[in-house]
Amino acid sequence: MNIWNISTPAGPVPRVSTRLNLADRLGMCRVRWGIGRMSYTVEPGLYAVGEPDQNSEVLVTANYRMTFDHVRSALSNLDAWILVLDTNGINVWCAAGKGTFGTKELLSRIEASGLTLVINHRRLIVPQLGAVGIAAHHVKELSGFRVLYGPIEARDINEYLANGLRASGSMRRKTFSVRERAALIPMELLPALKYMAVIAVTLTLLAGLMGSGSFMSDVLRFGKTTIASLLLAVAAGAVLVPLLLPYLPGRSFSMKGFWMGLATALAVFLFVLKTTGSVMIVVPWIVLIPALSSFLAMNFTGSSTYTSLSGVRREMRIAVPLQAAASILGVILWFGTMLTERGRVL
Amino acid sequence: MNRFVYLPDVVSLQLNDNRCTGCGMCAIVCPHGVMTLENGRALIADRDACMECGACARNCPADAIAVQAGVGCAQAVINAALGRTGKACCTIDRE
Repeated sequence: MNIWNISTPAGPVPRVSTRLNLADRLGMCRVRWGIGRMSYTVEPGLYAVGEPDQNSEVLVTANYRMTFDHVRSALSNLDAWILVLDTNGINVWCAAGKGTFGTKELLSRIEASGLTLVINHRRLIVPQLGAVGIAAHHVKELSGFRVLYGPIEARDINEYLANGLRASGSMRRKTFSVRERAALIPMELLPALKYMAVIAVTLTLLAGLMGSGSFMSDVLRFGKTTIASLLLAVAAGAVLVPLLLPYLPGRSFSMKGFWMGLATALAVFLFVLKTTGSVMIVVPWIVLIPALSSFLAMNFTGSSTYTSLSGVRREMRIAVPLQAAASILGVILWFGTMLTERGRVL
Repeated sequence: MNRFVYLPDVVSLQLNDNRCTGCGMCAIVCPHGVMTLENGRALIADRDACMECGACARNCPADAIAVQAGVGCAQAVINAALGRTGKACCTIDRE
């Protein structure tokens, strides 16, 4: 990000480019995969794009670098101020939910930046999703600034400004398109794979120790099924559910995950039936894959844009006991097949 | 047709008609078109679309809206049940 300073009555203010360079774009990709995500920040304070003056609009945003980059890249050919709040590097909506993108921080950032010296109007454009943490009437009362809620998406800012600070109905609706859902998949996938690796290693080692053959032959024999099944459960719950979300049956995410998992488990069953014919080894996974997929899908509620806390609580009251029961049953079956397959029954 | 509607009849959103002054702020801030203005008064037009983000209640100058705001996040519910609090998004505590 190229920065020049411009001088204002409140001192030098960094001017940033509205063009994203290669490093900015690589940075976005990197944090989508969770690498250095929590420290991808910009310094809070006042910034400029173009040649803003005392009458230019002030756009408020969070100090997550990806958020900031989205905002500045949406402002090409515009002259405006950007007021960056300190949200600990969290995006506007999540930070507003936590209160860090809030009335208090906005008021203190107006003070600290010397904004009133830089502009001669008293308007702030706050992203609509920031309304979760900011009370416009309190800001007005305590600072004299009028908060105008702008569009949800930074890409609509240009049109919003061109329309005389009016947002169309569609600019005010939070969507959850397949593109938006796909962008979230890496951060569902990575933690899921981490847990699955622990389960895979544990079960495979147990198989090696419990089996009747040599340690390595049992590890290979059972490890293959175990790892393949766990990967498929992750694919179902953390990849296919986000992608196919609106098309899966049920409204609760755990239900959507269950169906996706069941379909996956049946595919595994049919595949094994066609290829090796010895289906005993996959029986536990018919139970475990839907349970794991359901759990992973349920966790996608946190990334979704439309689930309520009351709804999630209701869904979990039913789903979590069932997921736990199915997992216990699956593990019992797994030990059962292990013992049967080695030629001895408990 | 909006395919993104979560569970029915569950949200805690409440509107006190007597207090509403019809300023329309709730309709502006709601990201799911739950609130509308009708005859100069706010109206809950699409209750089940509410995600309890709390933007309407926070921005209502007349205190006419009540909602138990929070994030609809299973991980946050699990973290809360395990007594974890944290700096990231996935916790339930608010200021």
